[in-house]
Amino acid sequence: MTYLAKPKFHHPALPKNALGYTHRDYEGAVSTLCAGCGHDSITAAIIQACFELAIEPHRVAKISGIGCSSKTPTYMLGNSHGFNSVHGRMPSILTGANLANRDLIYLGISGDGDSASIGLGQFAHCLRRGVNMVYIVENNGVYGLTKGQFSATADRGSKSKRGFINTDNSIDLVAMALQLGASFVARSFSGDKQQLVPIIKAAIAHRGAAFIDVISPCVAFNNHVGSTKSFDFVREHNEAVNRLDFISTRMPIEISYEPGTVEIVEQHDGSKLALRKLAADYDVHDRTAALGFLQQHAAKGQIVTGLLYVEKDAKDLHAHLRTVDKPLNALDEKDLCPGEKALEAINASLR
Amino acid sequence: MKNTDIAAPDYFHKVIDCQWACPAHTPVPEYIRLIAARRYSDAYMINWWSNVFPGILGRTCDRPCEPACRRMRVETEPVAICRLKRVAADYKDDIRARLPKPAARKNGRRIALVGGGPASLTVARDLAPLGYHCVIFDQDPQAGGMIRTQIPKFRLPDSVIDEECGYILDLGVEFRGGQRIDSMKALLAEGWDAVFVGCGAPRGRDLDIPGRREAAAHIHIGIDWLSSISFGHVNAIGRRVVVLGGGNTAMDCCRSARRLGGEEVHVVVRSGFDEMKASPWEKEDAMHEGIPIHNYLVPKHFTHDNGRLTGVTFEKVKAEYDSRGRRRLVPSGEPDQHFPCDDVLVAIGQENAFPWIERDIGIEFDQWGMPKVDPRTMASTHPKVFFGGDAAFGPKNIIWAVAHGHEAAISIDKLLNGEDINDRPAPAVEMISQKMGIHEWSYKNEVVLDQRYKVPLRDKVVALKDIKAEVELGFDETLAFQEAGRCLNCDVQTVFTSSLCIECDACVDICPMDCITFTQNGDEAELRGRLNAPATNLSQDLYVQDGLKTGRVMVKDEDVCLHCGLCAERCPTGAWDMQKFLLEMTYAGNSCRPQRRSAA
Repeated sequence: MTYLAKPKFHHPALPKNALGYTHRDYEGAVSTLCAGCGHDSITAAIIQACFELAIEPHRVAKISGIGCSSKTPTYMLGNSHGFNSVHGRMPSILTGANLANRDLIYLGISGDGDSASIGLGQFAHCLRRGVNMVYIVENNGVYGLTKGQFSATADRGSKSKRGFINTDNSIDLVAMALQLGASFVARSFSGDKQQLVPIIKAAIAHRGAAFIDVISPCVAFNNHVGSTKSFDFVREHNEAVNRLDFISTRMPIEISYEPGTVEIVEQHDGSKLALRKLAADYDVHDRTAALGFLQQHAAKGQIVTGLLYVEKDAKDLHAHLRTVDKPLNALDEKDLCPGEKALEAINASLR
Repeated sequence: MKNTDIAAPDYFHKVIDCQWACPAHTPVPEYIRLIAARRYSDAYMINWWSNVFPGILGRTCDRPCEPACRRMRVETEPVAICRLKRVAADYKDDIRARLPKPAARKNGRRIALVGGGPASLTVARDLAPLGYHCVIFDQDPQAGGMIRTQIPKFRLPDSVIDEECGYILDLGVEFRGGQRIDSMKALLAEGWDAVFVGCGAPRGRDLDIPGRREAAAHIHIGIDWLSSISFGHVNAIGRRVVVLGGGNTAMDCCRSARRLGGEEVHVVVRSGFDEMKASPWEKEDAMHEGIPIHNYLVPKHFTHDNGRLTGVTFEKVKAEYDSRGRRRLVPSGEPDQHFPCDDVLVAIGQENAFPWIERDIGIEFDQWGMPKVDPRTMASTHPKVFFGGDAAFGPKNIIWAVAHGHEAAISIDKLLNGEDINDRPAPAVEMISQKMGIHEWSYKNEVVLDQRYKVPLRDKVVALKDIKAEVELGFDETLAFQEAGRCLNCDVQTVFTSSLCIECDACVDICPMDCITFTQNGDEAELRGRLNAPATNLSQDLYVQDGLKTGRVMVKDEDVCLHCGLCAERCPTGAWDMQKFLLEMTYAGNSCRPQRRSAA
C-alpha cells in the first residue's frame, strides 16, 4: 500500500472514450491493500472495462460484503453508487437494489470467504434467481484479513504459508454457478488482464446472472510453493478454453477471423462475443459438458479459465417476475394507483 | 529490443533531462533538494564545482535546462531551476573555507589565458589549485569579461561578479588587467607551456544601409554601447530610441535605454516575434517595462537632417516557406514604415575577430575566419593552444563557456602530464537506494501540483529610475521552498530487477502516467506503438528488461515518469527500487588520469 494519493498528472496522450473520459476518470481512492495484491489488478481490469465500454459512472452500482475483496469497490469508480454491506450479504442487498432500479449496472464484488463461506446461501439464491448483475469473486483461497487461514475454496492437499496441509474438500464456485443456473460463467486470473478485461466487458453486457471467478493470489499469505493459488502455480496450470474478444454495438465489425476458428455469440443488446477456441470440441453453450470438463481437468490439477458457459437467450429476474420496464423506484402515484376501475377488474379476475 | 544497459553512465544521465541539457552537467535535482532542506551552502558548492559562477548564472544563465525540464511534458512550466540557483547563492553562508586552497607548491608550469571572461576563469579555477601558474590577460582593468561589460547592472550587480571572480583570483591566479594581447606569435615566443584563448566574440555587427555614415553620431553598436555604460562613459540617451535586433543583447539595450532617458523605446526585428533569438523571459521583461516589439520589418535606411538622425525607415515583409520548409522574408507590398527617433542601437549579432592571431604560426582557421577547434578537447591545430567560450565556436552563452573551460583545463592538464588529450575521463557515478521503510524514501516522492512561482520584481517606477537597481529581487526562502518542491527528482531512478519480479502487475496498475508495460518483446518502433500509453517521444528512451518467468519483457517509457516511486511502493518483492543516480563530471587533476598500477 501507499500513503500517497496517486498524482493527478496523467500521460498527455491518454486515449479518451466516447464520453471524453480517460481511464483515470474511472479510478477511486488509492488502494490500502497489501502491495502486489491480485485484487488491485482486478480493480484495474474493472476500471479498464468500464472505460472501454464508455459507461457513465452514475449508471453503475458497486455492492460488496466484507473482506479484502469487499474493500476494493472504494478503489474504483469513484463517481458511481456504492454500498459496502454486511458479510456475505452482498447478493441480497444487490437483489433489492436491482428490483428497485433495473436501469443500473450492478457490480457485485465478493471474495471466497464472503461468497463460499458465510454468504454461500446468498450466493446460491442470487444466481438461481438470475439477478441481472456481474458477480465477481476475487478468489485467493485464504482469509487474508485474519492472517492466512484456509478458506472454503482452498484445494485439498494445498499447503498454507506456515506449512499446514489442507484436509478439507474445496468448493468450486464455478461448478456451483453452473449447477445453479447462472447464464454467464467464466473464470480468469488477476495476472492476465488480456483475458480478464474482455470477460468483464462481456459480463457487463450480458443480461442475467453473470458469474466470474477470478483467481487472485494473496501475496502476503498464499503465494508460496505448495499453494494452488499462487502466481507461479496458476500460470503453470492455466488451461484457457478460449480467448474472448468483446465487440460492442458501437464498434463496426471489421475484425476478420479465419473461418472455423472463431465462434460469434450475439448478446441481447447487440454486442458480440468473438470466441477463439483453444480447447478443441469445447462447447460454450453446453452446461453439463462444461461441468464434466471442469471436473476432469480439476482432477489433473489444472485450472480451467476462459468463458466457460453462456446461455444464448438468457432471461433475468425481472423477466421471470414480469415486472414493468420502468424501474420500480421511478413509478409515480398514477402508475401505482391505477384507480377504482382497474382494482375492480383485478378483483373480478380473481373471483 | 535488447536489455537496457543501466550501467552505462549515459542511460540514467539522459533521464535527468536538466542535467543532460546543461552543458556543464550540473546535478540539478541534487542541489534543488538541498535548497528545500535549507542547506544553501551545500547547494552552492555543488553548483560551484560544476558551473563555477552560481550567483552570476542564477541571474543570467540562458537556462538550457529549463526547456528540457520534465515538468514541461507533464504540466506546462518547467521548474525555475535558474532562479533556485540564485537562491543558493543569496542565502549561503561564508563558503570561503570550503573552496580549494591556492597550491602550496607550484608545479613550474605556466599557462597564459587570453581574455578574462568565464571561459578563462574556469580554466584557471580548475588548474591553479593543481599548482599551475595561470596568468589571465584582459584589456579591461577587472576580471569578468562580457559578464562585467555587457550584462546590465540591473540584471547582475557588480558585487556578485566581484565575489565569484574573486573566489577564482584568490586561488593564486595572476590577473594582468589592462594588458591587451596584440600578437599570438609574440605571446608564444614567451615560452608558455600552454595558451588558452577565451577572448569572446568582441565585435558587434554593424548595419551598412543608407544614412549610416551621415547619422553616425546617434547610431551605436549595442555591445559597445552596453560596455560604455558599464564603464560609466555613457549615462544618457535620447528620448526616442529604436533598437534593431531580436537577441538578448537587444533586450539588454532597450531596457538600458529605458533607464537612461529613453521614454519611447521600440524594438524592431526582421523576422517574426516567435523566431526572435532572445529568451522568452527576456522578451517578457522588456515588454513588462513598456517596450513594444515590432516584427517583420527590415531596416531600409536611416533618415537624417543636417547630420542629425531623425529616424529609421523599414520595409514591411512577410514570411514565405518553400517546399522544403525553408523560410524567406519577402516584401509584403505594404507602404514602408518610418520610426522617428533620436538614437538607434544596433544589436543584430556579434562576430569573432582574431586580427591578433598570425596565420602562419600553426593555428588553422576555416573559411569563415574561425579557428579549427576540436569540440571535445578544445584543442586548436597548434599543440599548445586551446580555445573556449565564444572564441571557439562563435557567440553562445556563459554556461557553454564554463563547459568549454572545464574541457580545456583537462586537456591542458593531460598535455602537460604527457598524456593523450583525446582520452577523456569518465564521469563519477554513484547509485544509492533511497528506501528507508515500507513506504518511506529519503526524498520527497509526493508530486506537487503547484504552478511555477513568479520571482518578485522591484517596483517598475523605482527600477526604471536607477540603472544599477537590480530588477529581480529573487525568491525569498518560502517561495524557494515551494518552487523547489515542484522538482520531480528525476535523478531518483526506477531500477528494475527481473529476477525478483512475480509479474503481479501492481506497478502497472498504480503508475499514474501509464509508463510501465509487460509485453512480448519486439523491435523498438513496433514496441513503442503497443505500450499501455504510446511512447511517441523518440528523444526519450525505453527501459527494457527481460528475464521474466512468462518470457515477456518489462518496458518502461522514461518520457513522462514522475519518479513518484509508487511502482516501488506497490512492488511486493522489491523488484522496483528507487535509486539516486548522482553523476559528477571529472575535472582536471589526478582523477582524470588513467589508473596506473604502482610497483609497491
